[in-house]
Amino acid sequence: MAWFKRSNPPMPKGPDHKSRVPEGLWTKCTSCGETIYTKDIEKNLNVCPKCNHHYRISTKKRLELLLDEGSFVEFDAGMVSVDFLEFKDSKSYQDRINQAVAKGGSKDAIVCGQGNIEGMPVEISVFDFSFMGGSMGSVVGEKITRGIERALERKTPMIIVSASGGARMQESILSLMQMAKTSAALAKLREAGLPFVSILTDPTTGGVTASFAMLGDINMAEPKALIGFAGPRVIEQTIRQKLPEGFQRAEYLLDHGMVDVIVDRAQMKAQLSSILKMLMRQA
Amino acid sequence: MAQNNQSYLEFEKPIAELEKKIQELLSFSTDGVDLKNEVSKLEKKAEQMRAELFSNLNRWQTAQVARHINRPFTLDYIQHIFTDFVELHGDRNFGDDHAIVGGLARMDGEPVMVIGHQKGRDTKEKVFRNFGMPNPEGYRKALRLMEMAERFKLPIITFVDTPGAFPGIGAEERGQAEAIARNLREMARLTVPIIVVITGEGGSGGALAIAVGDRVLMLEHSVYAVISPEGCAAILWSDGTKGAQAAEALKLTATDIKELEVIDEIVPEPVGGAHRDHKAMADNLHEALARNLKELKKLSEPDLIEARYQKFRKMSRFIE
Repeated sequence: MAWFKRSNPPMPKGPDHKSRVPEGLWTKCTSCGETIYTKDIEKNLNVCPKCNHHYRISTKKRLELLLDEGSFVEFDAGMVSVDFLEFKDSKSYQDRINQAVAKGGSKDAIVCGQGNIEGMPVEISVFDFSFMGGSMGSVVGEKITRGIERALERKTPMIIVSASGGARMQESILSLMQMAKTSAALAKLREAGLPFVSILTDPTTGGVTASFAMLGDINMAEPKALIGFAGPRVIEQTIRQKLPEGFQRAEYLLDHGMVDVIVDRAQMKAQLSSILKMLMRQA
Repeated sequence: MAQNNQSYLEFEKPIAELEKKIQELLSFSTDGVDLKNEVSKLEKKAEQMRAELFSNLNRWQTAQVARHINRPFTLDYIQHIFTDFVELHGDRNFGDDHAIVGGLARMDGEPVMVIGHQKGRDTKEKVFRNFGMPNPEGYRKALRLMEMAERFKLPIITFVDTPGAFPGIGAEERGQAEAIARNLREMARLTVPIIVVITGEGGSGGALAIAVGDRVLMLEHSVYAVISPEGCAAILWSDGTKGAQAAEALKLTATDIKELEVIDEIVPEPVGGAHRDHKAMADNLHEALARNLKELKKLSEPDLIEARYQKFRKMSRFIE
């Protein structure tokens, strides 16, 4: 018999413990295990200064990071989802929406608007993964489509920063149709000769990957971001095989020809600006 | 004519028993005993029972009918509705996907491009068709054929019947997501009429990748959803066996989808489901296809494309 017994059960790990910067003065990096002063990670754009692990960042921070200071103008901020199917699992969809909205962040899983990148006007949509896993329902699809239509009108590039579990189950068929709708709008943008840059961040999966996120003239990914169609668990259960090392990570997709370039967060704006200026034939 | 080797679904048990009884009576009557009256009475009763049962299917039962092993598949419809079919293979890139078939054919004499998911009936064919779950090369073959149709100004008709796109390592490596996404974008701008028919299972992105069209029809007992009921149950309740509950929540029947204005028309099935009478089913569908195609051919190219854009543009519900 053991002399020392654990009196309490071990602390449960949250489902996304890997990618959240834990609160507190010091943080143990979930990737390299180094203990780092939390403020140093935050100052470093939520990237571990030791191992370059990219933690998720808020939509607000992302917009600050990519756009010229004070240039962002949000559109359709008040658009909210409705539970038109009266979808209910352990909770009703309406309750889930209300709860997510009550957190005080975005009113749905995406923030859209206009801004400038080194002086160049762009349309930009940024997913909010903290809102129902960044899932795409009617609101997300509609806001993206309006963004693309504004880009067409003003003849500007379109940028979408994805972080999403895919289509939102609670809106069933209409979520699926957002894939067709957004892709159709991108067909128009393409015909008009305006660039679309898709920025893939951790994680981008399901119906979001299988529509606009893979349709960038440029597909740009953050290091080690999980990007795929089917989730790793679904694949494992279907084929009953272990998945290869690094499967569905940004580097793996680069290797298989699915993304153009992997860019560190700190260089993202400069890289984006340089590419867009060349595509728009500007000095 | 009923299909041979009828296999019955759980909820069809009462029908199965009645039909067994009819068969028994028929075998008696060959011995000089005339049971014609009795048989015809029972047949009428069975017919009534089928009509009643199939007009009151719940969503989970509908999903089972949509997946019925004897349900007509794409090649069955091609055989019944089209002539001069020439199957065209391969994506010119990687391989030929057997879960999607396509080719040139004539409908009422007019050349068209036909494309559809293909499932198998016996074990060997099921494996050969990968249970109707395409890999990226399937979607790329479909796009190749659709672009060919555009060049030669042929209307496109697609048949949708898949549990979903195949979730495998190779599929991911070869860009399953990209293949689906590209089809969505390209189908939105093709300059020829596209008619889509959801014939069985409309399984998420794997279905949608050949389902962007000017007209989208659904067979009466087909289903269409963002995720399979089992997949949905696995996520919501961590229990893949709660498919029945999930099917109710997903609102995946033709009536549900029509209410949400995602499809244009519901094509009626013969009493007891399409699997009971392929010919009758194909005739109903043939009529609907011909009628819709005639309407679409009246539109100019720009009008056709703009109408298709607006059709999908409107699909959403939210509050502002």
